Amino acid sequence: MTDTTTRHLPNRLDNPLRSSILSWESLLIAVAVVIFIINSFASPYFLNAYSLSDLTFNFTEKALIALAMALLIISGEIDLSVAAIIALASTLMGFALQFGADTPALVAIGIGTGIVCGAFNGFLVTGLKLPSIVVTIGTMSLFRGISFIILGDQSYKGYPASFAWFGQGYVYWVISFELVLFLVMAVLYYVLLHRTNFGRRVYAIGNNDIAAQFSGVRVARTKFILFCLTGVMSGIAAVLLTARLGSTRPSIAEGFELEAITMVVLGGVSILGGAGSILGVVLAALIVGLVTFGLGLLNVPGIVMTIFTGSLLIIVIALPILFRQWRNRRPA
Amino acid sequence: MNRLLKHREIFLALAILLVLVLVTIRFPRFAQPGNLLTIFNDSSILMMLALGQMTVILTRSIDLSMAANLALTGMIVAMTNAAFPGVPIPVLILGCIAVGGVLGAFNGVLVWKLNIPPIVVTLGTLTIYRGLIFVISRGAWVNAAQMSPDFVALQRGAFLGLPILSWFAIVVALLFWLLMTRTPLGRSLYAIGVNPTASVYTGIDVGRTKFLAFTIAGAVSGLAGYLWISRYVIASTEVASGYELTIIAACVIGGVSIAGGIGTVTGVLLGAIFLGVINNALPVINISPFWQMAISGSAILLAVILNARGERQKGRVILKKAEAA
Repeated sequence: MTDTTTRHLPNRLDNPLRSSILSWESLLIAVAVVIFIINSFASPYFLNAYSLSDLTFNFTEKALIALAMALLIISGEIDLSVAAIIALASTLMGFALQFGADTPALVAIGIGTGIVCGAFNGFLVTGLKLPSIVVTIGTMSLFRGISFIILGDQSYKGYPASFAWFGQGYVYWVISFELVLFLVMAVLYYVLLHRTNFGRRVYAIGNNDIAAQFSGVRVARTKFILFCLTGVMSGIAAVLLTARLGSTRPSIAEGFELEAITMVVLGGVSILGGAGSILGVVLAALIVGLVTFGLGLLNVPGIVMTIFTGSLLIIVIALPILFRQWRNRRPA
Repeated sequence: MNRLLKHREIFLALAILLVLVLVTIRFPRFAQPGNLLTIFNDSSILMMLALGQMTVILTRSIDLSMAANLALTGMIVAMTNAAFPGVPIPVLILGCIAVGGVLGAFNGVLVWKLNIPPIVVTLGTLTIYRGLIFVISRGAWVNAAQMSPDFVALQRGAFLGLPILSWFAIVVALLFWLLMTRTPLGRSLYAIGVNPTASVYTGIDVGRTKFLAFTIAGAVSGLAGYLWISRYVIASTEVASGYELTIIAACVIGGVSIAGGIGTVTGVLLGAIFLGVINNALPVINISPFWQMAISGSAILLAVILNARGERQKGRVILKKAEAA
């Protein structure tokens, strides 16, 4: 009867179509589709099953790390040492190989190294309360430095065929083991972040870790687990990459940390923490993979591709900000 | 002992002295004045870059693109020198500072006008600048034979017994000391790092100051670009690859707080010299240079643990998050 019933309030929250069109993920899908179409026109070799299968090798290892890195960044921390963890894990696997380690042992050593390195980062950040960016710059030098001490200018080769399957094998037709593993992991991380209490806590910590602490969230323990997860994923990536390349040098996976972080940020995760989604990260990984693979088919050298990924990172973040600034300026 | 730990510079100077003494006990010639000057000269480029990085870190930002900026400016100056050997070296040096400054200002504009977090901006420009080197050089190297004799000779000359390169470091260090302790801009840099919100109310333009910090860091990178190329007489895409972390390491070891607002010129110089001493000592005591990376990694971790101890005792800041917003 009162006028409150007749008053019309525009409810922006409750407009699924509008919000899904304007969401970051749909923008990423649009970008991915455009790049896919450009690629198919630009190179006659792009659009066939084998090329597209090769494409997946381009990004799966980095994308696996990006999944865990997304959670870590949402919680307000960062890990720059992931590529160095790959180097150390790969070196220790090669080292064990010299003493006749078999495939299960190699995998266990790779993933185990990842866990130990991640836990070390986690301890320094949560136990000693140090800023993660400096800690992981330090451990980045330390982990890769240990690889250099062990290997120097040498390399390890001669991994068994059963081990190589992890990086080179196909589960069915052109579907590689790497791709299947990535998709399974993506689903697991989606459930972990978006469907569990643990995931809610990660967001809570990223938005306000003091408030989260007072709400009963064990901030330090949660962050520690996230560092361990990032370590595990780096260990898994080390297994895949070593198996794919069939050799280990101390300079293996150099620059992976930047590409993994690019995927995370491009995927809509706020570098300040508190926001982001796994779907976005998966799409961003696909976009980075499409761009680099498409350019590769056009014989563009790898170093030039980095211009595109770097620009993509800045432009995709700058555009919405510019758009918001422009929209805010208009009514005034 | 605890009081001593608080005085970062003294502690660091003692650590450097300790390394010098330990190495000299086994190899007496290590501490000869000539070798000490060599170590200083070897650390010169790192000192300048670390001072530039400190300017940025003081404002709670970070510049990951300095090494890429150095390499890009270096390639530009090397190609210019190869194509036009007649251009006087001072003009080339000013050109380097300008080019580096523009590359740094580009970072600064993105941070200032678009409010993109510095780590994202410089991560992007790091890859862009690196890629551009390849584009302009088409992947080729510029080697000693293509550079003019003056280009290579200048910094190797000596003045009052010190190599010109060392003089560059001394002059740059003095300029930074003046900037940090005697200018309004220097005070603003510290103020922003300590408390950005309060700085705004004091009338400091936070965005503009960050922009200037990035421009300064860029200009230093540009200068270092010329010095690096003329010292190692090779310009390629890979020049100073990964060096951005060494620069940050020198800052952190020198007591610069990554959270902003804390750091001194003296500390940063000592941080750079510390890394220089380690690098020079390793081959002398017959340790493979492959140890260098792990040692500087450990030094960073040790330094950041010590930094955190020193900073925590201040404990004034409450509601940290509200300030950062």
